[in-house]
Amino acid sequence: MDLTWSDTEQDFRAEARAWLTEHVPAEPLPSGDTRAGFAAHLGWERELFAAGWSVVSWPVTYGGRGASLWEWLIFEEEYYRAGAPQRVTQNGIFLLAPTLFDFGTDEQRDTLLPRMAAAEDLWCQGWSEPGAGSDLAGIRSRAVRDDAAGGWRLTGQKTWTTRGAFCTHLFGLFRTDPDAERHHGLTYFLVPLDTEGVTVRGFERLDGDEGFAEVFFENAFVPDNAVLGGVHEGWKVAMATTGSERGLTLRSPGRFLQAADRLVELARRKGATGGLADRVADVWMRAQAYQLFTLAQVTDIVDGRSVGARSSLNKVYWSELDIDLHETALELLGPAGQEDGPWSRGFLFSLAGPIYAGTNEIQRNIIAERVLGLPRR
Amino acid sequence: MRFAPTAEQSDLRAVVRDLVRELCPPAVVRAAPDSAEVATLRAGLIELGAPGLLVPEAAGGLGLDENYLVGMMIETGWAAVPLPVVDTFAFAPGVLAVADLTGDRFCGADPDARGTVHYGHNVDLVLTGGFAGTGTIQVTAASGGASVAAVDPAADLLRVTAGPVLATVDDPEVVATAWLRGVLGAAAQLIGLCRRMLDLTVAYVAARKQFGVPIGSFQAVKHHLATALLALEFAEPAVARAGYALAAGEPDRARAVSTAKALASDAAATVARAAIQCHGAIAYTTEYDLHLYAKRAWALAAEWGSAGWHRAAVARELLSTERES
Repeated sequence: MDLTWSDTEQDFRAEARAWLTEHVPAEPLPSGDTRAGFAAHLGWERELFAAGWSVVSWPVTYGGRGASLWEWLIFEEEYYRAGAPQRVTQNGIFLLAPTLFDFGTDEQRDTLLPRMAAAEDLWCQGWSEPGAGSDLAGIRSRAVRDDAAGGWRLTGQKTWTTRGAFCTHLFGLFRTDPDAERHHGLTYFLVPLDTEGVTVRGFERLDGDEGFAEVFFENAFVPDNAVLGGVHEGWKVAMATTGSERGLTLRSPGRFLQAADRLVELARRKGATGGLADRVADVWMRAQAYQLFTLAQVTDIVDGRSVGARSSLNKVYWSELDIDLHETALELLGPAGQEDGPWSRGFLFSLAGPIYAGTNEIQRNIIAERVLGLPRR
Repeated sequence: MRFAPTAEQSDLRAVVRDLVRELCPPAVVRAAPDSAEVATLRAGLIELGAPGLLVPEAAGGLGLDENYLVGMMIETGWAAVPLPVVDTFAFAPGVLAVADLTGDRFCGADPDARGTVHYGHNVDLVLTGGFAGTGTIQVTAASGGASVAAVDPAADLLRVTAGPVLATVDDPEVVATAWLRGVLGAAAQLIGLCRRMLDLTVAYVAARKQFGVPIGSFQAVKHHLATALLALEFAEPAVARAGYALAAGEPDRARAVSTAKALASDAAATVARAAIQCHGAIAYTTEYDLHLYAKRAWALAAEWGSAGWHRAAVARELLSTERES
């Protein structure tokens, strides 16, 4: 048991903090889930990249700085502490990139990763369909072999695609074996959104921003090198990224520690007492617990043990903590909390947490079956 | 940075685990306080050096710190050892050391001076006072008392007869540390108890069939137990962190200990309730073992400051205007 940081790690923190203090925009950027806000965020992403902070844990050759998992955690803590802008590139960096590292060809990694790090290619996720949400294996979008052209023709519809209207590329699952069922016969494709036959329509989320899109494919052609991993092996490849989405990579503890600290400040300003003060303390303690759980998990990973289905524990915990945290803030604010502002926006966003990346109902099934070992049926 | 027990810490915990699994099956939790089985368990813990865990080697102890205490308390909690292990192994050592009373005696703690101790027939010394880490702690020789009925059948709750005063400890640091160690010990025992209740329940719902299938295959049951596991899994690292904070003498140790006890007590309530519900009627009998662990958990959740008490303590500190932002 050693909860101290090494000199190298402390230097890393100091360097990150100094850079962020100097460069984080003084005024918050407009929401990255609007067209104008997204453009503003791209400027920030490119500034991060130029200084080597956009993908700290990646190897230097792809634009990162080869930071350890511990250093990545430190960077995230500092990032949220500094109140830096949301990462509009996160679906590529945190969800697709780990899959590229595990399953990509050298050519795919060499062409795609540096452009992703530099926020030149902007990736969105094409998992859900109108008929396949929690039941992701129910995917019906299909890819048909075109031997003459040396590639595949995509047909179907994806939806709930975050920032799809502003992105340039989509990674998604398509059915390549029409005779296979459920999670068999799917293939993971990497698709430029300017491909002929692809249409994107943005639509409003609960908060009124155009943060969602549906993406239509009509006989859209992609070459063979658009396949990530093996043909018909898309489920296995995709599950690697849902692990990332649920667990460590997308929801670092820094985010909740910072939000809990902001809540404490709000409660002090409002002079919270009694039951409300208790709720503030409860949320603050749970944010600490989430951080400590993550530290134990990173220790496991560093020791060579896999997190596996336990990433579902993270996902349920942080998403429910996030809602409680924002509900407490809104209660402290009273009617003023219903005006558009960081807390009301954060509240609306928190409601998505138990839904995306596999609903918490699905996560609880996974926890029961794969962590506790209860019978599937 | 390495948030996991060291090999030595894991080894000691494994030794305690083996000991209590051998010497403290449910039958021993149910046994009379003066039974041979309880005496054997008590002798085993003494032989292991448990009373001297936190006592410096120079004074004849093991000279270990609170990181070791956590593992020992989780395992004795898992087994619901019917002896005052929190009082004796966590709360007492620092107090007895300054009073020059260190030895292989079992202690009953009465921090809020209610006049009662647990496992009274196995108590040699009574330590009164020290609640919230303030005031003085008086050490008296146990001299019997009257049994008090309690929810936990193994509690052996005794309204103590005042015995001769052996020492009064008023060193604020000793009192504060004793209290924090007691709270930590209780929190760690709750983690072990939660794990035991979940173990029992998972095994039961996998075996018990209704409508022709194991009840553990029903989603309603799965969700109850997933929620219970979440409460436990996120309380456990907070307890380990509190042990580390005490061992390292960190400035925020009191808050870390309160966080641990609040989360562990809440987890105990959540897990006990889910465990009983998922068992169904069998849980509502004393013939089945689950009640031994649930009742111990409720008692420990209420003692050493309840979840609400510690949450309020954390709230006061977080919201006090003196706090630096």
